[in-house]
Amino acid sequence: MKAKIILKVATRSIMRSRLRSLLTALGIIIGVAAVVVMVAIGDGAQLKVEQQIASLGSNLIIITPGASTTGGVNRGSGTFNRFTWDDVDKIKNEATLIKGVTPIVFSGGQVIGGVGNWFTRIQGVSPDYLEIRSWSLASGEFFTERDVMARSKVCVLGADVVKNLFPNEDPVGQQIRIRSVPFRVIGTLKPKGQSAQGTSNDDIILAPSRTVGDRLSGDHMRIGSIQVSAISNDKIPAVIAELRSIMRESHKLTPSEEDDFTIQDQSDLSETATATSRILTILLASVAGVSLVVGGIGIMNIMLVSVTERTREIGIRLSVGARSSDILIQFLTEAIVLSLSGGVIGVGLSFLIAYILNHYTDQSAYIKPQIIMIAFGFAGAIGIFFGFYPARKASALNPIDALRYE
Amino acid sequence: MENILIKTVDLTKTYIVGEVDVHALKSVNITIHKGEFVAIMGASGSGKSTLMNLLGCLDMPTSGDYFLDGINTSKLPQNEYANIRNQKIGFVFQGFNLLPRTTALENVELPLMYDRLEKIKDHQKQALEALKRVGLADRIHHIPSQLSGGQQQRVALARALVNEPSLILADEPTGNLDSVTSVEVFNLFQKLNEEGITIIMVTHERDFAAFAKRIIEMRDGRVIKDTIIKDRLDAEEELIRVKATAEISE
Ligand SMILES: Nc1ncnc2c1ncn2[C@@H]1O[C@H](COP(=O)(O)OP(=O)(O)OP(=O)(O)O)[C@@H](O)[C@H]1O
Ligand SMILES: [Mg+2]
Repeated sequence: MKAKIILKVATRSIMRSRLRSLLTALGIIIGVAAVVVMVAIGDGAQLKVEQQIASLGSNLIIITPGASTTGGVNRGSGTFNRFTWDDVDKIKNEATLIKGVTPIVFSGGQVIGGVGNWFTRIQGVSPDYLEIRSWSLASGEFFTERDVMARSKVCVLGADVVKNLFPNEDPVGQQIRIRSVPFRVIGTLKPKGQSAQGTSNDDIILAPSRTVGDRLSGDHMRIGSIQVSAISNDKIPAVIAELRSIMRESHKLTPSEEDDFTIQDQSDLSETATATSRILTILLASVAGVSLVVGGIGIMNIMLVSVTERTREIGIRLSVGARSSDILIQFLTEAIVLSLSGGVIGVGLSFLIAYILNHYTDQSAYIKPQIIMIAFGFAGAIGIFFGFYPARKASALNPIDALRYE
Repeated sequence: MENILIKTVDLTKTYIVGEVDVHALKSVNITIHKGEFVAIMGASGSGKSTLMNLLGCLDMPTSGDYFLDGINTSKLPQNEYANIRNQKIGFVFQGFNLLPRTTALENVELPLMYDRLEKIKDHQKQALEALKRVGLADRIHHIPSQLSGGQQQRVALARALVNEPSLILADEPTGNLDSVTSVEVFNLFQKLNEEGITIIMVTHERDFAAFAKRIIEMRDGRVIKDTIIKDRLDAEEELIRVKATAEISE
């Protein structure tokens, strides 16, 4: 038969049994849309996390005190060997492949100034900080190495702090009191948005590291981490090796002793951060897989129920001179047309749902092309198999046996 | 001989149902010439339908040979078998066997779709012609459930005619119809036969068999009697008579 006639026969046959066709296509539509949307939600969450990690800064390497788990057992905080200024200086002077290094001295407390007071995080950092974190100033200037050494009482405000303390005026040049210690504001930061943990990056005050260490933290001064920026992405392993030997030497570790610090680069960070969202993706995908299977069973049901009627139809066609191959091609075409249109509508529907999620809810959905292919292929395979299989059986019958089929 | 259309040699069909062999046809030998109009009669279960299905290439014999137009069909591959059904034979069933939810026109077009030789170019026109021949030109867009039994059988007959076959096989074509409608159908058969188409039909009623030119009687899977009808009934006249009687009885 000619392709045109085959298509005509198939579409006529689909139109003749509208309800059956609709139900079959519906199974595929729902199956495809469910899979694509579910996986898109998981992927959307993962993408968000990845973007947040990328926003941490370029080629970032973070050194934290304490060993990483050793043989599955965390050594616990008792063995923390705190970082010292000396560690930071050694890295600064000895490491060769780095763009910059900064300690992060954590503090926090009440800040008074401008229109009121505000609780916020205070971080003591080096002048390299902005470059390491790919951050930039909105106004004013950043402190210098001299400010660090002189323990100058200057600070730079994050966007949230500006919004809360200086909603109407430029804070640069103003005095604020951080835990009663007066500081002069010399600059403000551009907004950065949410961190991977869901807190605001902008609720922060930056001050010279030694100022924070000596004047705000007092006895509890703690360098929470040392952050380093490698000169390029491919140098990261070399930098890590370099940092490790510098730190070991600085901490006077004998070869038999293990590292009392942990070095992580961005890929390590993103791994831990995406682990949760990956679990979410897997969970959603399995729910979606179930709905695809259920949709497939629906298709199978409808197809099998119509087998009696269709077997008679096959008998009639055979008796007027159709070859088994004509029948097979017709049924295959029907199944493909149904599955294809169901798949297209399903994908269209999932794009619509993803659009609604992205624009009208907090949930983000990201549709990967592979998922479309997988869902489409799977639903199509189910539709084609169950549409085609009964026809294959019936077309092998004698015309008279197909006509008699009950 | 030149004008032999059908020749069966020891045609046998045995159905195996569980442990039992049902001998539906036992060595049937018949010869039918072109242009004949044959009625096959016999008791229920005597093998009439079995024979018709074999003659119509809808089924395969267990043994024996069936020559159609000089070709031994038992030795043909499946696809050739399908071609014979399409090109040479028009089959009319007792139960009509029309595609449901499909218009009369589309039902009649069906055999044309499977015509590989494409000897007919305009399917719709040809199907319309066939429907006109059976007097259904005004019902072409009706689906089977919107047609009476007689009309459905005429659609089936149009479908059998559409590919211009040389042989029409009809298995109890009027089994589901009342007597007036039956005579109408036989009237059509007679007209087609006069146009040169060979017709073989099964009927239970001797009255109807009288429309044919020859009666083959069967019993227990064998041909027991083969008679030529001398004074055959003219369906045209019979129709007038039957209609008149029907009016009186009303
Ligand atoms: N598909 C089948 N399987 C098994 N046995 C069959 C089958 N078809 C027919 N038979 C048997 O073959 C025999 C002949 O059946 P067939 O249908 O040819 O009879 P028939 O002369 O057409 O009868 P009727 O006048 O009732 O239509 C019967 O005994 C029947 O039971
Ligand atoms: Mg019968």
